[in-house]
Amino acid sequence: MSGHSTYEPKSAFGKWFESRLPIAGLIHSSFVVFPNPRNLNYFWTFGGILAFMLVAQIVTGVVLAMHYTPQADLAFASIESIMRDVNYGWMIRYLHANGASMFFIAVYVHIFRGLYYGSYKSPREVLWILGVVIFLLMMATAFMGYVLPWGQMSFWGATVITNLFSAIPGVGETIVTFLWGGYSVANPTLNRFFSLHYLLPFMIAGVVALHIWALHVPGSNNPAGIEKKSDKDTLPFHPYFTVKDGFALVCFLMVYVWFAFYIPNFLGHADNYIEANPAVTPSHIVPEWYFLPFYAILRAVPDKLLGVSAMFGSIAILIFLPWLDTSRIRSGNYRPVFQIFFWLFAIDCVLLGWLGAKPPEGIYVILSRVCMAYYFLYFIPILPLLGLFETPKALPASIADSVLKGGSASSVAQGAASEPSTKG
Amino acid sequence: MGVVEGALDARMTTVATTHASASAEPTRRDFLYIATGAVGAVGLAATIWPFISQMAPDTATIAAGAPVDFDLSPVGEGQIVKLFWRGKLIFVRHRTAAEIKAAQDTDISTLRDPEPDSARVKPGKDQWLIIYGNCTHLGCVPLGNEGPFHGWQCPCHGSVFDTSGRIRQGPAPTNLPVPPYKFTSDTAIRIG
Repeated sequence: MSGHSTYEPKSAFGKWFESRLPIAGLIHSSFVVFPNPRNLNYFWTFGGILAFMLVAQIVTGVVLAMHYTPQADLAFASIESIMRDVNYGWMIRYLHANGASMFFIAVYVHIFRGLYYGSYKSPREVLWILGVVIFLLMMATAFMGYVLPWGQMSFWGATVITNLFSAIPGVGETIVTFLWGGYSVANPTLNRFFSLHYLLPFMIAGVVALHIWALHVPGSNNPAGIEKKSDKDTLPFHPYFTVKDGFALVCFLMVYVWFAFYIPNFLGHADNYIEANPAVTPSHIVPEWYFLPFYAILRAVPDKLLGVSAMFGSIAILIFLPWLDTSRIRSGNYRPVFQIFFWLFAIDCVLLGWLGAKPPEGIYVILSRVCMAYYFLYFIPILPLLGLFETPKALPASIADSVLKGGSASSVAQGAASEPSTKG
Repeated sequence: MGVVEGALDARMTTVATTHASASAEPTRRDFLYIATGAVGAVGLAATIWPFISQMAPDTATIAAGAPVDFDLSPVGEGQIVKLFWRGKLIFVRHRTAAEIKAAQDTDISTLRDPEPDSARVKPGKDQWLIIYGNCTHLGCVPLGNEGPFHGWQCPCHGSVFDTSGRIRQGPAPTNLPVPPYKFTSDTAIRIG
């Protein structure tokens, strides 16, 4: 159950190596025989998809960095040269740009999976917080990457986001000057953003390693939200979940490459094909789609400091989520009242995203405020109170019970359940 | 030799600890511990400092902040001209009589960032408004002659400025600031 390796190297070299660096045993125990709950659904495949996307972004990004020039006068032209002159440069750049969007689609599914099935609850609090850290690093990386083409949206996006820090009382302006390396967004800013955009993905990879480590202590949560009790509740990672993850990944990749090859600029902004001009702001400036809900919260508040605080607060509150949700039932499947509020919250987030893309006037501002209010009310006081007042449905006796109801299904699955012991 | 020293050291530590706990007096070892920590902290700060300082504007950027001269004579009445100083955008607005009147007649007690129009222009030069051109909210460039006060309106988050560049509506906290400048002649200014 604990996933201790039963790995026995067969070759003489394997034995010699394993006694010096037991990495094959580590991989074997973590990704081959590791016992996963047998009831995991396809929402649990997004962790693997995210790992793939991180690698894809690093590979395409390292190649792009070989052709890109991080200099304010040359950056825009070097992107155009990647698109026109470099062999397959257009493809690699479109894969990288759309890869960022796909990365965020996957991470949002992953986060909402955790929210619905209560994956943030004890004993997975640290796992959840590490996830929030990865999310923050992803946002910083994506933002700085968007600045590099040095188009109009790059430049003004950089101006608006760095100016968020000017809201800090007293030291704000100094911090912004230090971020810029000057008195406005300019070449020094582009240079350091390039350096950090290259660094941060490797920091993400480091935190991902911690995230997986923390995951492998209790193991995955599951749709029933109950802990595994016996071998009947689990299946080995390979082949059951490698195949399931692999199938989901292939489906996901089909969507990804469809974007990259057929509608590569659908998620971008035409204004970013105009070179940066510090004298003119585009008439309608919006961030990339994955920042829109937070952007809507920023604009919903008619005060600079409060708006910036609300925006950062909307992410920071996720860190405290494990202690805000007082219900001991993890899975939303067994919480009828929670389900209503959860789906309202999901719709609320999508609405905020839509509002973030709208001009900041009239009904859109009012709707943004309503949606922002619900966003925060969901965390305080709805979640803490729900745990006290809601009557949950009866939980299944075990994970195996939750999936093995029909007779025919059980005979097949029981054969599979005996698999780990025969293998070990 | 090393082994003997190590053993001796360990024994002395034991002696020192028992001594300290017995009398609660600071020992020579406590002093060494704190002194070493203090030197380490100073060294760490001295090492971190250059790595923070390098992020500040470099000398070339500061040198580029030398004063710039600007000739106002080609700027027609009602026109807004943009120029750069230290990489920052500056608006030069040649205000019409109506715009000046609107700016001066405003009741400053109703303003978010109360400032009379006279504090934002040079004496006797009411027609020339020279202000920074980045919105004080998040730095976008407001569009001239737009918005309910016909001053500026920011396309990003909807801040509205009047013909004196003062914040009137929207999220921006302060007026568009006035850069340091002086008139070198009747129709020329030096910014910086």
